[in-house]
Amino acid sequence: MSAPKTLYDKIWDAHLVSEDEDGTSLLYIDRHLVHEVTSPQAFEGLRTSGRKVRAPEKTIAVPDHNVPTTLDRAKGIDNEESRIQVEALDKNAKDFGINYYPVSDVRQGIVHIVGPEQGWTLPGMTVVCGDSHTATHGAFGALAHGIGTSEVEHVLATQTLIQKKSKNMKVEITGKLRPGVTAKDITLSVIGATGTAGGTGHVIEYCGEAIRDLSMEGRMTVCNMAIEGGARAGLIAPDEKTFEYVKGRPHAPKGEAWDAALAYWKTLFTDEGAHFDKVVTLKGEDIAPVVTWGTSPEDVLPIDAVVPAPEDFKGGKVEAARRSLDYMGLTPGQKLTDIQIDTVFIGSCTNGRIEDLRAAAAVLKGRKVKDGMRAMVVPGSGLVRAQAEEEGLADIFKEAGFEWRLAGCSMCLAMNPDQLAEGERCASTSNRNFEGRQGYKGRTHLVSPAMAAAAAITGHLTDIREFDAELA
Amino acid sequence: MEAAKAGKTMEKFDKLTGVAAPLPLVNIDTDMIIPKQFLKTIKRSGLGVNLFDEMRYDRQGNEIEDFVLNKPAYRNAQILVAGDNFGCGSSREHAPWALADFGIRCVISTSFADIFYNNCFKNGILPIVLPQEDVDKLMDDANRGANAVVTVDLENQVITGPDGGEIRFEVDSFKKHCLLNGLDDIGLTMQKADAIDAFEKKYGAEAPWV
Repeated sequence: MSAPKTLYDKIWDAHLVSEDEDGTSLLYIDRHLVHEVTSPQAFEGLRTSGRKVRAPEKTIAVPDHNVPTTLDRAKGIDNEESRIQVEALDKNAKDFGINYYPVSDVRQGIVHIVGPEQGWTLPGMTVVCGDSHTATHGAFGALAHGIGTSEVEHVLATQTLIQKKSKNMKVEITGKLRPGVTAKDITLSVIGATGTAGGTGHVIEYCGEAIRDLSMEGRMTVCNMAIEGGARAGLIAPDEKTFEYVKGRPHAPKGEAWDAALAYWKTLFTDEGAHFDKVVTLKGEDIAPVVTWGTSPEDVLPIDAVVPAPEDFKGGKVEAARRSLDYMGLTPGQKLTDIQIDTVFIGSCTNGRIEDLRAAAAVLKGRKVKDGMRAMVVPGSGLVRAQAEEEGLADIFKEAGFEWRLAGCSMCLAMNPDQLAEGERCASTSNRNFEGRQGYKGRTHLVSPAMAAAAAITGHLTDIREFDAELA
Repeated sequence: MEAAKAGKTMEKFDKLTGVAAPLPLVNIDTDMIIPKQFLKTIKRSGLGVNLFDEMRYDRQGNEIEDFVLNKPAYRNAQILVAGDNFGCGSSREHAPWALADFGIRCVISTSFADIFYNNCFKNGILPIVLPQEDVDKLMDDANRGANAVVTVDLENQVITGPDGGEIRFEVDSFKKHCLLNGLDDIGLTMQKADAIDAFEKKYGAEAPWV
């Protein structure tokens, strides 16, 4: 019998085209997702070298980063550079014959939401995209890497990626979560525990009862932020929930192909006794609703904690914490729940799915956002938006005083007009609190959708567990 | 030959002698290296002027004097000595494009984010991982201003400091080969077209749903 393998080992082995003596390998790629920001130079490279896209049927493009999310976006994009970038994708998709969801298509949305929604992402696949949050697709038990533009061009031309195998890392979340604790809190807590470089050089497999208990949406949230912990990919073994989610999607296999696929997918788990190079275990019951206080996703604390002091850290982090506190305009010892906010952003590839909107709407129902609050909800895709409208969530958001937008990346990275102004402070369901991420000198606190909604009502960072009591 | 047909080769890296600039902050992310407003280009060139934009310029576009690359001694730096976990965050290759366009050909740190690290090699930049004590030593050297001249010899995998002290470094053999010879990955992979064809045939039979 062969040695026990991890899930990562199995997917790797199934896609290995060739391996050199030093371990440099050529990995076959099943799905290549493409967006407008990291692809124009790659397509241009193909043109100048007279190359084609090797597997256009496995290549899927959608504009998301630059697109306006205002209701009048059919009129076109005002910013000339953004417009040119989206037009370049329109043209490249047509010229090279790849699958495409233009801005005008109801299926358009954030690439990492569209892929699973349309059934392009399937268990056991290798998925790449010129975007670090490609890790999202790992929720299906797919090996999903973020790649740079040179690699985008490489995959377009050869349908392979040059890789060396990463190490295996297991992140286990045991037991049950407490009320008010979500997938976002799990993934942020893991980063808080391991640091933003904790997963560097590794592929993470998330496992344990608390992970199994999550919906597919929640699992995508967890894997989405694997990269924030330094891991290029995060994985969760597929199970009945995964198969249920995939079944019937437009590009999922049907009939006999489904049966064959399902039989294979059921072999996709880590064998008993397989080796992990690194293991991190958190108890589900120890995870609290969390919030970030600084400018790195590792700057995570339970919402009932206080702002730390630079001296609480060691080494280079002391200076980094000092810089973060200055940038964020916070004082050590200040209660996190005393931090006043003026903006709330609900959306992104981390938390822009239907379940996220349901969680936020449940908090907002029958309530109004605080006076002066700028609150925005940006569904992750046109189909998420349509479903939310059908379920009556859109009305709840609008009645509460939220702007109900069209799909796109929006204020997660502020490449479109949705940006923070200098000094504005945002409770955001996105994935990065880097300096300037949501706008020049803008201040970001990463939270779950329910906590973002609660903050919109109270006007300050809010412990979701205390929220009902506070308003009573 | 496919590589020649590509007509596109990366700038070679063999030996580099230049000023090393100290940037001791940890977790310098890709949004700091090149903020998103500069990702709207459809070209690879011209990003150097906006490298570290929000650390380097004020809102009016004036240089911030304290920032290391604005100091006279470091304006032509070709090497960065940086804090832990350099290049974390996004996959944007605009980060190494901006570094290369500014003239930075080598970055030295205790650790790099994986995607950024890979992206460097595709753009003629050598990222070097060293133990903390070696980075500390080079950080001290880099603090000597115009005298912070360091030589990086990729062939022999040695860094020579201003005092003549030598530090050895490790680098992946395939990546080293490509960088020394300015080789284009795509051309190299195209030479394995038969292996890819064979894989596709076998795999297509085993997993027809893909």
